[in-house]
Amino acid sequence: MPDSTLVGLHPEEEHHPELLHHFADAEQQRDASSLGMWVFLATEVMFFGGLFCAYLIYRRWYFGDFAAASKTINMGLGATNTAVLICSSLTVVLAVWAAQTARRTLLIVSLVVTMLLGLAFLGIKGIEYKDKFEEHHVPGASFSFNNVPVPGHPGEYANPRHAQIFFSLYFVMTGLHALHMIIGLGIFTWLLYMAWKGRFTPEWHTPIEIGGLYWHFVDIIWIYLFPLLYLIDRHP
Amino acid sequence: MSAHSTSSPLKMYFAVWIALLAGTGLTVYAATLDLAPYNAAVALGIATIKATLVALFFMHVWHASEKLTKLVVIAALFFLLLLLGLTMSDYATRLWS
Repeated sequence: MPDSTLVGLHPEEEHHPELLHHFADAEQQRDASSLGMWVFLATEVMFFGGLFCAYLIYRRWYFGDFAAASKTINMGLGATNTAVLICSSLTVVLAVWAAQTARRTLLIVSLVVTMLLGLAFLGIKGIEYKDKFEEHHVPGASFSFNNVPVPGHPGEYANPRHAQIFFSLYFVMTGLHALHMIIGLGIFTWLLYMAWKGRFTPEWHTPIEIGGLYWHFVDIIWIYLFPLLYLIDRHP
Repeated sequence: MSAHSTSSPLKMYFAVWIALLAGTGLTVYAATLDLAPYNAAVALGIATIKATLVALFFMHVWHASEKLTKLVVIAALFFLLLLLGLTMSDYATRLWS
């Protein structure tokens, strides 16, 4: 094709409508988008890492108080939420596979189920927060944590000031995680709209892939939050 | 990613999903046992196995076509370990004299 070589254009038949002109081919464009999301996730690791670090320091200092405070959180709700998020990660990989293999119905169903599971997670989280408000376990002026025994130390009671540090970390870490879930639901609403309009093809479905990376990352954060916050010292 | 395999990855996805659910059940069960100093190690070990499964198979790090992706993952983990490792080695040794 002498004409297109002359003006430096790609041959028309190879040009996918979503391929931007500064990428050599679709593969390079996909790798660039994916790498961008991974770099963002690396910054998120450091973002949550600071909180995990604060948690580890205080847990070491006030282990008994942290164990007593951890025991007042509903372990069943936390475990249920872990299972809910794991199921949502499965539906995300199903969505990516559906996009790769041009299964539009499966793609839309997977995205909808993912979002429903995300909403279920937030609803269960809401029940948990409501319990904590009713028990006056929310840090602040009305915080109260008196006469709560320290597990494994009969006759000892948790220091309310130290327990308040645990609940501050609990609300900041789970709250920041919940904010990520809400942002994820926003991203998936957009993905669902695009999928509904039939924009994704086996050649181009990068938004599903990198939206999925984000969702899995939020799942990984929860995989660590669950044992660290809910299961400190549960044995009788 | 679409090029790495011609066979359907669905079996692998469901196997990882079952393993993740089993890990969740196991970590809840392990928390009810008195393992003395090892409760935290067991809980974090199971969590790390679960997180690794998600990253390798659901996030496709295992089959990632781009070596740079692996570099970014390793760099993130390295700096996280620096943050946690150096901080905790400071706090763990403060009472030494």
